[in-house]
Amino acid sequence: MRTPEAARVDPSPATETDPPLLTADGVTRWYGHRLGCRDVAFMLWPGEVLGIVGESGSGKTTLLDCLSGRLSPTAGHVVYRGEDGDAVDIFALPESRRRLLQRTEWGIVRQNPRDGLRMGVSAGANIGERLMAAGWRHYGDIRGSADEWLQRVEIDGDRIDDRPVTFSGGMQQRLQIARNLVTRPRLVFMDEPTGGLDVSVQARLLDLLRGLVAEFGLAAVIVTHDLAVVRLLAHRLMVMQGGAVVESGLTDQVLDDPQHPYTQLLVSSVLQA
Amino acid sequence: MSEAAAVQSTGYNFAYLDEQTKRMIRRAILKAIAVPGYQVPFASREMPLPFGWGTGGIQVTAAIIGADDRLKVIDQGADDTTNAVSIRRFFARTAGVATTTRTTDATLIQTRHRVPETPLGPHQILVYQVPIPEPLRWLEAREAETRRMHGLADYGVMHVKLYEDIAQHGRIATGYDYPVQVGQRYIMAPSPIPKFDNPKMDRCPALQLFGAGREKRIYAVPPHTPVKSLDFEDHPFSVETWSKRCSLCGAGDSYLDEVIMDDTGRRMFVCSDTDYCAERRAAGHRGEGDGA
Repeated sequence: MRTPEAARVDPSPATETDPPLLTADGVTRWYGHRLGCRDVAFMLWPGEVLGIVGESGSGKTTLLDCLSGRLSPTAGHVVYRGEDGDAVDIFALPESRRRLLQRTEWGIVRQNPRDGLRMGVSAGANIGERLMAAGWRHYGDIRGSADEWLQRVEIDGDRIDDRPVTFSGGMQQRLQIARNLVTRPRLVFMDEPTGGLDVSVQARLLDLLRGLVAEFGLAAVIVTHDLAVVRLLAHRLMVMQGGAVVESGLTDQVLDDPQHPYTQLLVSSVLQA
Repeated sequence: MSEAAAVQSTGYNFAYLDEQTKRMIRRAILKAIAVPGYQVPFASREMPLPFGWGTGGIQVTAAIIGADDRLKVIDQGADDTTNAVSIRRFFARTAGVATTTRTTDATLIQTRHRVPETPLGPHQILVYQVPIPEPLRWLEAREAETRRMHGLADYGVMHVKLYEDIAQHGRIATGYDYPVQVGQRYIMAPSPIPKFDNPKMDRCPALQLFGAGREKRIYAVPPHTPVKSLDFEDHPFSVETWSKRCSLCGAGDSYLDEVIMDDTGRRMFVCSDTDYCAERRAAGHRGEGDGA
């Protein structure tokens, strides 16, 4: 059952009995009189990838910031079920716990890799940072892990001591992904992971992401304006316009049979190569 | 000379600062001692010397010095460098206190860049001059963020700096201002002392106070507080070593300065702590060089 009016994503049938990993309920954010996002509610199950699409300014990034605990919503709750099985409202947590979550069980991939990376230190240190924050104190182990992850994201191991400023845009984005996944998070938030990359690099990055998501059973929330990205990665889709969710459902359903006028416009405006 | 008499004869308050300022600084010091390693903001005053020359240290010293104190001031270990001489003379004139160059005689030692070689005792206070009090500054430029990181003990990034050292140089190349953790809690910049001096801070019986005038911060290590230098399991903390001994006094356990003697490349190594070197020579120790 899919109703464009209700801003609620139906649970996918296979995982209906498991408790959800992330539950958003009535998440609303105002910037003074200006609306960021309004009354967003959904549930995300372990291993599931949720895409959020919409035009520029539709509140996608605001919503992602609220979900990932970096921006407190004006109203609503975000409840996360941690590795220990306890469901916690992330905005009721003390900041120390929230930060611990952010650097252990979550990953946050930013649109601009310069925001998500430490540009002043080497690639190895970038990957190792989360490990060191998690208490790793053995240099050899940290370096070994960094080396392994560089290879996973298809960056040459001999670039381990180079700074990210010497990397291309695509490599920086892959490095950012490695840096986030090194602690094996359960949930990753991605904001336009392919933004600003040329098409062939995008394709490789998407391939890589799809492989990693499948391999680690990651749950992910991916914000993008690129329908091809969600088609490839997302199981379910939410379409946002003017801060509100106008349509949601299984990705293929929404893209192949759009109900809401805006979604129809969005789907029909994709250039056919 | 009593404090009241000093005020009358010079027109200045005892030890230069007015009593309100001293009270403010003492409050900051008490708080710093109560929370070891925590940087307490204070309203740093203009002092009659430029920032970077010890305005923080001199304010801390002025706030705690008493008429019966005996002051020693060192700069890079030496009692006879410009900075040390002028600060020592400043307190001799404004507070009329006794001064000394002997570490064991001093009750109050203001220092820049060194901890004396002679072990300090419980009756002594060591005041450090600090240029950059924030150990996280190299990695995080935002003050609000570094304060939050201290508050939450979110210190993973500190090891990133050490990792980067090993990756680039094969070892932890940080030689001075080597970050330490105080009392298993706060990460602290020990001021630009060589890492050779870090172990001396650990469980030191003397009170250690740190003043940063430009950055307006005071912090402290109370007596007998554990001070641990950060490291990796497979790259443990170690101090500098020298292949030579001091040419003047023959000491093999002190921090040595390398001095270029002429333009043919002759060089000698001497103790950076001039008092320690002089004491040893007075006790009959001699190095291999003649010191000429």
